Amino acid sequence: MTSTQTLTPAQVARRRRSASLKATWRLLRANRSGMVGLVLLVAFILVALLAPVLADSQGLEVTRATGGVLEPPSLHYPLGTDDNGRSILTLLIWGSRISLFVGLSATVISMVIGTFMGLMSGFFEGRSAALLFRVTEWFLVIPFLPLAIVLASVLGRSLLNIAIVIGVTSWPGTALLIRSQTLSVKERPYLERARVLGAGRWHQMTRHVLPNVMPMVFANTTLTVAIAILSETTLSFLGLGDPTRVSWGSMLEDAFSVGAMTTGAWWFIVPPGVCVVLVVLAFTLVGQALEEVLNPRLRRSS
Amino acid sequence: MTTTLVTAPTTSPVGRHRSYGRYLAGKILGAVASLFFVLVVNFFLFRVLPGDPARTLGRGRFSSAAQLAEFRHTYGLDESLPRQFVTFLHNTFTGQLGISLRYRVPVGDLIWERLWPTVMLVGTSTILATLIGVYIGMLGAWNRGGPFDRVSTGVTLTLYSMPEWWLGLLLIAGLAVGIGPLPGLFPTGGLHSTDVDPSSLKGVLDTAWHLTLPVITLTLAYLADYSLVMRSSLLDELGEDYLLTARAKGLRDIAVRRHHAVRNALLPTTTITAINIGFVVSGAITIETVFSIPGLGLLSSEALSIPDYWVLQGAFLVASGAVIVANLGANLLYGLLDPRVRT
Repeated sequence: MTSTQTLTPAQVARRRRSASLKATWRLLRANRSGMVGLVLLVAFILVALLAPVLADSQGLEVTRATGGVLEPPSLHYPLGTDDNGRSILTLLIWGSRISLFVGLSATVISMVIGTFMGLMSGFFEGRSAALLFRVTEWFLVIPFLPLAIVLASVLGRSLLNIAIVIGVTSWPGTALLIRSQTLSVKERPYLERARVLGAGRWHQMTRHVLPNVMPMVFANTTLTVAIAILSETTLSFLGLGDPTRVSWGSMLEDAFSVGAMTTGAWWFIVPPGVCVVLVVLAFTLVGQALEEVLNPRLRRSS
Repeated sequence: MTTTLVTAPTTSPVGRHRSYGRYLAGKILGAVASLFFVLVVNFFLFRVLPGDPARTLGRGRFSSAAQLAEFRHTYGLDESLPRQFVTFLHNTFTGQLGISLRYRVPVGDLIWERLWPTVMLVGTSTILATLIGVYIGMLGAWNRGGPFDRVSTGVTLTLYSMPEWWLGLLLIAGLAVGIGPLPGLFPTGGLHSTDVDPSSLKGVLDTAWHLTLPVITLTLAYLADYSLVMRSSLLDELGEDYLLTARAKGLRDIAVRRHHAVRNALLPTTTITAINIGFVVSGAITIETVFSIPGLGLLSSEALSIPDYWVLQGAFLVASGAVIVANLGANLLYGLLDPRVRT
């Protein structure tokens, strides 16, 4: 082992990290579909952040609606109006906030549970680890929507509850991934070396296993956001969303309940759905690109 | 011809074989444990949460304390928890599953009545999605990077990113209602026309006609999974040594792919089919709502608005049970097909 005289270990680590970040970014830049996804993603995040600038929030209130009922697109209402006379464009812009917020917070919950369960069941051995693995498998098998419906109807309808419901039902995929990574990291020589040097479990886990598993967690996070946003849309469509907030899913619920598809009010159905598809596609493309870059097994050997 | 060599050494499965019987027993035990866990979750979800379950269940429908006590007594909520659990187990195993708050009939009967439309819908679309998806994935992997591969990957990824019920809404607007001068080709919803006897030949055709759009929707929504998995697992196989051996023996490229690579690449698809049944069951809830098909899915989404808890619980139990059994089947099949997993 060589030791550096001029640099402290922290500096070495920092340099190594920034170098690997740069390398990752270079590979990501070369991935065309990933970059398309990233551009789309940035655009949607900007719209969500700039919502107050782009559209007046008064346009969300039913009592202050200025348009007619289900007006087709016009100069004043570029995407028409809904059944309450509100501008669809305004609803879309403000809806992006709810969809992204729920998607991201559900993902945080799912990641924390998934990483914890995966690390624990992979790192430890014996009965309790086996039990954790069984619980993970159980959650993997149980159909998501029926469980989410039962949970959501018990917890009640609010933004946070929706995020919790999605979070606690979508972590097992992550846990299995982290577990398999942990199992392989655990067998590597440097971890044996750390053990010989007297490293405790906590040190091994936080200093060696977790940093090695993190890149995969990151790639997986992006894919989970996509699924979480889809789930939010579906739960809102079924009427389980926060009744006081406008999201893309609740817009589609409205559109369905007033029969927009049979009356030909396409502007009420198409735009929210297209937004969902684009955001979910963006997260999926970025996630796949990250996975390809961070997981050497998937990297193209051409 | 691609001649990529695999560099990663594969672990030898020799010495890790166990009898199929033992594998079988382990899997069945696991499935039973999963089912029991579903029951426990079903029971406790409504009882361990803060607040009075009777109030939650009644949602402010009771004006007097006497009414509340009456309700509590009817649903056995005034008994002790272990007692309630025994009653709950008894009700579950006799197939009664409680009384629906809305229909005032045993939930078990309700579910039994509504089961068949869902089974038809989910069954047909699963079969179609698997066949079409696997085929698309296969073609894509064979011509990796070619025009077909690029188009099919783009289309399947877009379908994957789409809420399946939104696709259903679009199909209703386009093919059932009709756009502009184009007439609608399919009914907008329901399972039968009112004037046709469902048991006659005409009735069967009528049902098929009603199910066409929902089946197309679910098939399109789920074939993406199969084609993406098939594509990547076939790409994995294409780099394996045994294919090089087969080619070295002088077998033609097409024979190597059909008889060697595809057979092995199909293995992961078995697992995906089982896991996906869970998603298709979820999809059935929204698709049945959109197309108003009187199946289990519509029953659950209608129960949501009441909310009719016992129906929701029963539907959850049936859906989970179906998925657990499907998974067990896939695991057993996988164990037969691939001896390596019997560890």
